[in-house]
Amino acid sequence: MHIYILKRVLAVVPVLLGLTVIVFAIMALIPGDPATAILGSYATPENVARLNRDLGLDKPLVQQYFIWLENLLHGDFGRSYSLNRPVLDEVWERFSATLILAGAALVLCTLWGLLIGIWTAARQYGWTDRLLTFVVLIGISVPSFWLGLLLILLFAVELRWLPASGMFAIYGGGDLPDLLRHLILPALTLSVVATGVIARLTRAAMLEMLRQDFIRTARAKGVSERRVLYVHAFKAALVSVMPVIGVQAGFVLGGAVYIETVFQWPGVGRMLVQAISTRDILLVQGGVVVVSACYVLFNLLVDLAQCWLDPRIQT
Amino acid sequence: MLLAVLGVALLAPALPLAHPDLTSPADRLKPPFSDGAILGTDHLGRDLLSRLVWGTRLSLAVGVTAALLAAIVGSAIGIVAGYLGGRADHLMMRGVDMLMAFPYILLALAIVAVLGPGLLNALYAVAVVNIPFFARNIRGATVAIAHREFVDAARLTGMSGLRIIGSEILPNVMPVIVIAMSTTVGWMILETAGLSFLGLGSQPPQADLGSMLGEGRKLLITAPHASVVPGVMIFVIVMSVNLLGDGVRDALDPRLRSGALSRPAAATRVERTDTPEMKPTGALLEVEGLRTEFQVGPRVYRAAGGVSFEVAAGECLGIIGESGSGKSVTALSLLGLVASPPGVITAGAVRLNGRDTLSMTGEQLRRVRGGQAACIFQDPLATLHPLHTVGDQMVEAIRAHRPTPRREAREHAVSLLRKVRIPNPAACARSFPHELSGGMRQRVGIALALVNDPDLIVADEPTTALDVTVQAQVLALLDELRRERGLALVFITHDFGVVAQLCDRVAVMYAGRIVETGATQEVLARPRHPYTRRLIACVPEPGRGRRTLDAIPGLPPSLDALPDGCAFAPRCDRAQAACRGGEIALRRDGAHSVRCLFPEGAAT
Ligand code: SF4
Repeated sequence: MHIYILKRVLAVVPVLLGLTVIVFAIMALIPGDPATAILGSYATPENVARLNRDLGLDKPLVQQYFIWLENLLHGDFGRSYSLNRPVLDEVWERFSATLILAGAALVLCTLWGLLIGIWTAARQYGWTDRLLTFVVLIGISVPSFWLGLLLILLFAVELRWLPASGMFAIYGGGDLPDLLRHLILPALTLSVVATGVIARLTRAAMLEMLRQDFIRTARAKGVSERRVLYVHAFKAALVSVMPVIGVQAGFVLGGAVYIETVFQWPGVGRMLVQAISTRDILLVQGGVVVVSACYVLFNLLVDLAQCWLDPRIQT
Repeated sequence: MLLAVLGVALLAPALPLAHPDLTSPADRLKPPFSDGAILGTDHLGRDLLSRLVWGTRLSLAVGVTAALLAAIVGSAIGIVAGYLGGRADHLMMRGVDMLMAFPYILLALAIVAVLGPGLLNALYAVAVVNIPFFARNIRGATVAIAHREFVDAARLTGMSGLRIIGSEILPNVMPVIVIAMSTTVGWMILETAGLSFLGLGSQPPQADLGSMLGEGRKLLITAPHASVVPGVMIFVIVMSVNLLGDGVRDALDPRLRSGALSRPAAATRVERTDTPEMKPTGALLEVEGLRTEFQVGPRVYRAAGGVSFEVAAGECLGIIGESGSGKSVTALSLLGLVASPPGVITAGAVRLNGRDTLSMTGEQLRRVRGGQAACIFQDPLATLHPLHTVGDQMVEAIRAHRPTPRREAREHAVSLLRKVRIPNPAACARSFPHELSGGMRQRVGIALALVNDPDLIVADEPTTALDVTVQAQVLALLDELRRERGLALVFITHDFGVVAQLCDRVAVMYAGRIVETGATQEVLARPRHPYTRRLIACVPEPGRGRRTLDAIPGLPPSLDALPDGCAFAPRCDRAQAACRGGEIALRRDGAHSVRCLFPEGAAT
């Protein structure tokens, strides 16, 4: 078991490396002179020359990559020219906000997704199933950024129950209840699509498991139907749903880009959008690397949880 | 709905609408349903309906193009990787995995960041991030057929790899590509709209639905209609595409129609028109006229067609037949364990200790299952829960019937494991099923059936999956337990050798009916039914290797179109015209009954 865990952890290293290669490759694809692209067309020739030297652009591509990677490992992501501060500092600050939002959304979608999936599977073809399956279809089809706007209109503008934007109230906020109030709408919006996807797959997995022979054995043992559903079938279904939750983390992290823009949440996503419009390439690079790495690590956690749940994996 | 949207989008140039980019400052932000603008106007006084139609056209075009692009490139990678296999495959798939390590939208953002904002760039970005999905799916489909005969045949004729891909592989993986496209086109429309919404896609004055929404958002509070309307449109499009995708997938998935995707109910559905009279024989188990059908759509498969037998306490009855003879269905019907749908019990009665299990409530039946009557199944790897330890599964069975402290239940479980001669029972209780050998697992299956001291055990081919020596050990164990505990045993098998070793009486089933029954020795020595005789002839003689039942020429009849008269007639060498005439009764001759007009040993 320990060897297996070690193997999984080690397997993450090449993935992270590959990730940096791809990010680097995309950056290397920038048409024209990268320094000009990075600094924008109004850059002075001196600045361009300096950046060229800083980035080591006079060296061969492979060597450039290793220099860049080494800097990354030292926590040096370069300097954002539009904010005039180290990229890492900015990304780090923003990333905590994104983590709160994405984490909340992930908890929501996992809970609701599993619950709805189980409910609908338990009542297959009943009216609860039909209704919820339809709601789920709506959920996975609705553009999250639009749903966010609707929720703002309803809960913030019409009913005035919840704040429309930001992470804290400008005056007098800053404590946990304040954060939670600000968190409800964006986290809810962000979780909707993933909830739908998880619910669908849970339902399918539950139905699949309920047809397995070991369910018949459980019934033949005289186990109550409740236990058959919620313990025997659900535990087995969870094994196939877990990786999907891992993948959904990617959609939630990515979807945060929209939601942060809609709700003006000060996270990495909004930072990225701003950075793209100001062509602050290094900032984009830093943000993408950090968020992707976080996604990879989360999937490692899912993997390990999976291995705890399913003893068959280790052999 | 999708058709309507498509139609409007295609006809956009022909519709009598104001020009979408025509600004008219005087008419700014008119609410919906005002004169001249049904959906109102935006902040520049442009007609929203017209912009909506044009925006839809653009969004659809971009989404579909992105899907096509991703499908073509992704499928190409997938097919080539799947066809070549080996190193190239490995390398390509690692690359694809790397791309998948990114959160989807983030990769698109990075690409747009490099290419710069713009609708075309957004299209590329969305296409690129979807390539891995296609590559993976199509590769899977390709690998599945790359070594099928027709591909090998093409290779032998010296066709070039490219031609093989084009003429043999592509047509075969096309359905997979279509399914993949139909399920992703919705996302892609959504994602491109999203990028436009962020201001990274279409740039003004060009407007797709996403950028309309983005512009509308700035006036969310003063003019909500400007953002609500394009959103509804995106929603409608994506939802109809998803519905269509589901439809396509369902249409191409044969499992859905066969009802194989339905959840089996806790107990087999019972729909009897009348319950046979009680005429107690004093036997432990009495089965009378049991009829179990599989109802799949309009078809009815009569798996068990009126089966009657009884088993006394301590007796062992063997039920033997080919696969599809209805022997397993009969056994499972006793405790309502036939999957339903599609199984339905339409007639008969099953009385255990005088109580009809078919008319029991769910809770009554639950108490009987695993209590008075237990089951042993064929393949314990599939029939034991893979994620629970053997001990936990036994403890659960004990506690389902008797409230027992966990520790005590566990001790009982371990003692039973010892009883079935598992070498290290305590360690075995801590193992998961996949960690045990086949023989050990079947012993666990037996121990599991014994936990609540049942009166009856129904064993459905418990030794079929085992090799011969282990099989003999398991049979000896069952025999010993039966004698020691006075258990009644219903033993389902297709092997007369097993019956000879274990059973007091035997019932031979064919096409859902018992065709011959009697004491084992008697039936073995003097089979009366032609089918039985052939079955016995199939028993391997020592040192001559195994022979299977397939040695009988011909196939059993299909259960949804059973012939009139004797179902065995097409394969029977004694068949005469009268055999096909009508119902043939099971005729009694002492303790030996047979369902045949011209039984063996009689003059023909
Ligand atoms: S009834 Fe006729 S066809 Fe059927 S087994 Fe007997 S002899 Fe053969």
